[in-house]
Formats: sequence, structure tokens, C-alpha cells
Amino acid sequence: MAETTANTASVGSVQSETSGMGRSILGAITNRLVIIVPYLWLLFFFLVPFAIVFKISLSQTAISMPPYTPVFGFDNFLESVRDLSFDNYVWLTEDALYFRAYVSSLFIAAVSTLLTLLVGYPIAYGMARAPTAIRPTLLMLVILPFWTSFLIRVYAWIGILKPEGLLNQVLLATGIIDQPLIILNTNIAIFIGIVYSYLPFMVLPLYSALEKMDYSLIEAAQDLGCRPIAAFWKITFPLSLSGVVAGCLLVFIPAVGEFVIPDLLGGSQTLMIGKTLWSEFFNNRDWPVASAVAVILLLILVVPIMFFQSAQARAQEQGRT
Amino acid sequence: MQSLGSIRRDFAPWADPEVRPYIVFENVTKRFGDFTAVNNLSLSIYEREFFALLGASGCGKSTLLRMLAGFDDPTAGRILLDGQDLRGIPPYRRPVNMMFQSYALFPHMTVEQNVAFGLKQEGMAKPEIAQRVAEMLKLVKLTQFAKRKPHQLSGGQRQRVALARSVAKRPKVLLLDEPLGALDKKLREETQFELMDLQQNLGLTFVIVTHDQEEAMTMADRIAILEKGEVMQVATPAEIYEAPGSRYVASFVGNINMFEGTLARHDGNGTEIRLADGMVIRSESGANVPAGTQVAFAIRPEKIAVSSRPPADGLNAAEGEIYDIAYLGDMTVYNVRLANGQMVKTTSLNASRVVQDPLTWHDRAWISFRPDAGVILTR
Repeated sequence: MAETTANTASVGSVQSETSGMGRSILGAITNRLVIIVPYLWLLFFFLVPFAIVFKISLSQTAISMPPYTPVFGFDNFLESVRDLSFDNYVWLTEDALYFRAYVSSLFIAAVSTLLTLLVGYPIAYGMARAPTAIRPTLLMLVILPFWTSFLIRVYAWIGILKPEGLLNQVLLATGIIDQPLIILNTNIAIFIGIVYSYLPFMVLPLYSALEKMDYSLIEAAQDLGCRPIAAFWKITFPLSLSGVVAGCLLVFIPAVGEFVIPDLLGGSQTLMIGKTLWSEFFNNRDWPVASAVAVILLLILVVPIMFFQSAQARAQEQGRT
Repeated sequence: MQSLGSIRRDFAPWADPEVRPYIVFENVTKRFGDFTAVNNLSLSIYEREFFALLGASGCGKSTLLRMLAGFDDPTAGRILLDGQDLRGIPPYRRPVNMMFQSYALFPHMTVEQNVAFGLKQEGMAKPEIAQRVAEMLKLVKLTQFAKRKPHQLSGGQRQRVALARSVAKRPKVLLLDEPLGALDKKLREETQFELMDLQQNLGLTFVIVTHDQEEAMTMADRIAILEKGEVMQVATPAEIYEAPGSRYVASFVGNINMFEGTLARHDGNGTEIRLADGMVIRSESGANVPAGTQVAFAIRPEKIAVSSRPPADGLNAAEGEIYDIAYLGDMTVYNVRLANGQMVKTTSLNASRVVQDPLTWHDRAWISFRPDAGVILTR
């Protein structure tokens, strides 16, 4: 009798286990599906286009439609593969223009990122220390510029920076200068444009890092004999480092390939890889070389992106309590 | 490490008019906008004293501590430390250290670096820092955790790191803001005794903020009961418990039965209080108020005897009905309802192993107490 009961019980438990397992399999499939969607998105809209660009970078320019050869087909696939070559990459190393453009882009992006950090940190700090009630409003104000087209906002800077523009008129009228400053069409204008355009990308991660910091840490540091400025460098800044890294990369990565800002605000002598890329595609109609430029740019940016990833992982490790 | 009881017999500087207090709050008021956190408060704390600020949340106890640490300045009045007015002295220049309620350990530093932080600010030489840190970690039994980060420690370990960090600089005064609030009961009890030992061994003045009366009773030399930014009473734990100064203090600390009545007679033999239903309580404790004043007679549950028969002398006795019984092992709680409807709580120590409780629900029972068992409260 007791045995029968035990058997029934075990059967019952097996049944419930099976249905539990069924549910967990269904759950696993649902989980996979949810993950698969973004992966498919990346596959079709990033990996496939990148493969196409990479293939074009291995082709030769030709006066045809499309303007390169070979064009892959089902009948001549093997021949086409044989025709691919790394000539365009070799060309990039032979003409110093490209090297200078890459270096100049990295330099401009690095300086702009640093300037954005210097402008953005105090803003984020002020927001994080503001009364809780007005923080959403301040956040809104940071995001507000996105409501206007990026292109129009950059255009507006021409009106401000040009020799007879708003800034010079104000400075001349107040007597601070007696000759208009030449800012437009220089690197300074590019710095201003990038700092202005990318500021929210710096402020938001900094704000989120600073906002969750416990203020009693600062009080503890002061209590232990630390002056407020020293407390900032020893406690606040190290603890906001994840935000600093995130903000810097969110600004640096797009700034390297920036085209609109150098094109509108920079001078003709300003060398940036985005502009070079544009002129290869549309002025020279040399799609293969332009594609090679794009592939190299991507490889250069993979390094900071990987740095970003590992910094993120470390920050998550730290945050685990 | 020698173990110490909760009451230090030879330590009572507050009773000696010759001794100058170490920390003085002089008519201190602190307002935040319309809210008055501390209201014209005066308080003296003596050197090497373990002083507890006890009160419900929002009574102003944490504000007092923050003003002492230098994070807030009083709106009016002064705070003196060793005779020096603290106004305008920033927290990083005050010879006091604080142990924060949240511990406020620096998450990006190891245990060692946390403890060394204050010493580095002082500009102490490296070998000395290393020596002091090792000494502190040994004191709080965390030597083997020196290289860990705070997030790799348990709650109790973090608490001890915070303690080591705050005493590492050998401050004149250590401020503790709810230091045991985040620990579980057993750990809290152990830590209470550790804190007392530490205070004794280092010879520091401790000011602790707590809402836990048991904690304050266990550790403190004296307790200040705060309510709405004002001091209700400052006294030793025993005085607070046995001779509370007001109805508020009496009911805030421990359990108490209160009988409201008028002071009927007052002479050399004692005092008589007449309750509304005509019952008369005879007490030996005095009261500095004229006859006819509205007073309360307050008596702790353990000082009331319960029995099934009326006491022989019939003094301070009343008949009632057993309303509730709670057997707690070490003692039994009886709630007795008197004829006038008042509920009286009594506790009896179970000194011998109880085989059969003679009293049970709805039994008629008599409560009685000795004339010296309660206090008369006029406030």
C-alpha cells in the first residue's frame, strides 16, 4: 500500500517535471527568439553591407554601372574571386594623403572629446547634485537640441562664427576685440561644432554615473581629513570613471568619421577622413578606394570599441554587490 | 581583551561639578526651511563617555551628530569641543571622526586602502600607516581580508571596516550613526560588546545615535532621550528605566503601566494617588507638586505581582481578570483587565521550571505591588 502511494507520488512528480520541462523548453525558445531578432538585424543591416563594402574594396574601378569590376554573378563566380586584389589597400599606403587624413581625424576627434569632457563634466556634476525635483527638467534640457535637425543646428553655427556673425558682432560691440576673429573654416570651428553636437552623449553617461554615487562617500572623505577638491579627485572622479569612458567613446567614435561638421564649419585645408571618403565616392567616383578607406576606418575604431566593452564589463563587475 | 559589564561603577564625571564637559551643545537650534530639527537644545558630554542619543526617527538626533561632525552648522547657539567653538571649522579639520550608517566605504579601494585613507590625508609616513592599518585590522579581526574590496565582504565585515577606518586616526571623539542598524540581531548583540571594549581600550569619547533602546541601554554610560528636537531627559540607563522624568520617557523606554489620577496626600510617610474610580495607590516616591495636581503613577510590568488570591496586607492591590497570557520561556506575560476596564501588563520571571501555570484565561486574579515599585510623573 505504502509502495503504491510512493509510486503514485513519483509518477505525479514526473508528470509535473515533464510539464515543467516543456514550459522551460518553450521559455528557452522564446528567449532565443528574442535574442535572435537583434542579431538578425545586425546580420542584414551591418554584416552583409560590410561584406559588400569589403568586396568592393577588393575590386577595381571601372567606367560602368556599377563603377567597379568584377561584378559577381552565378556563372563567373570563381573567375571573379580570382580578380579580387588588395591593390586599393596598397594604394592607401602609397599616397600620404590618406595617412594624414586618418591621423588628423584621430587628432581632431581626440581634442574634441577632451573638450567635450571638460565642458560636460561640470554640467553632469551640477545635474547630479541638483535637487531631485528639477533633475528631470535638466535632463530634458540636455536632450532638447535633438528635437531640431542636426544639419540645421550645425548650419546655425556658421551664422554665429562667421567674421560678420553674431559672436564677432557682440565682441566688437562690447569692445573686447577691434578686429573680427577668424573662427569659421578653421579647426577651432570644428572643435566647437563637435563639442556642441556631441555634448549630450557625454553628459548623459556621466550624469548616470554621478547620480548613483552615494554622497555620504564625499562626507566620509572630508570627515577623514580630505579637502573638498582632493575628495573630488580621490573619490568622485574614480567612481565616475565608467561614465567618463562611456562618454568619451560615444563622442570619439562618431567624431573620427564625422563628415557634416568639418564640411560645413572646417576649412578647405582641413583634412578629415569623412571628407576624404566623400570625395572618393562622389568626386572621383572611385568606389573601390573609398570602400578601402571605410574598411580601414572601421578597423581603427574597433580598438576603442573593444576597450569600451572591457571597461563596461569591469564596471559591471564592480557594481556587483 | 577584558570583558566589561554595561555599567562602569567608578565612572560618573557628570555628577562631579569640578569636571569640565568635553562637548557642549549650548542653546543649539537647527532649522531646515520651515522645519525645526533641533530646538534650543543644551547638552553636555564628558571625556571618555559612551553617550547615546536615543529617539524616534525625525527627532533631530542625526542632525546633532552631523553638526558635531561639521556637515551642518547650527542656525543658532554654539557647539564647543574641549572648550573650542566649532563654528566655521570644516569637517576635514575637526578632531572627530564619524562612522556612517551606510558605512560609506570607498568601493574602489581595498579594505586596507579604506582604513589608510584618513592617515594618508594626515600626511603620516608610509611605514607608520602600514603599521597602524595592520593594528586596526587586527583589532576588528579582518587581517586576512586586507586586500578585498568592500563588495566582497559580508555586512558584518563591512561594518567592522567602517569602524576600523573611523578609529584609525585616533579621533578625540567618535561619532556613530546607527552603527549596528544593518546587522542581524545576533551579530548586533555581539558587536555591541565589541564596541564597548573598543571604547574602553582606546579611551575615546563615543557619541552614538540610535533608535534602538536596547542598544542604547546596553552600551551607553548616559542616554539623552530626544523628541521633536528637544532633550526630554539625560540620565544613566538605570535612571531612565527606573526613574523616568516624564510620561513620554516612561512609555518610550520599555513597557510601562500608567495610572492617571490626582495627588491626594503628600507627607513624610509617602504619597497617595487617587484614581478616577476611587482606587488609592500608595507610593514611597515623592513629587514636588501640591496636592490636587493631576499626576500619573507609572510602574514597570515586572514590578507587579499576579496571584489568584488577594495579598495579605491589601496594600496597592486590585482585582481583575486574566485577559491574555504569553509564555516566553524565560518569563510569562499576563495582561490583566481591572474592573474599571484598564489593562495592566505584568511579567513574571519563570525562576523554576513551570509545570502547570496556576492562572489561565478568564481567571479572577489580583495584582499588587510594593509602595516603592513605581514612580509619580508630573509631566
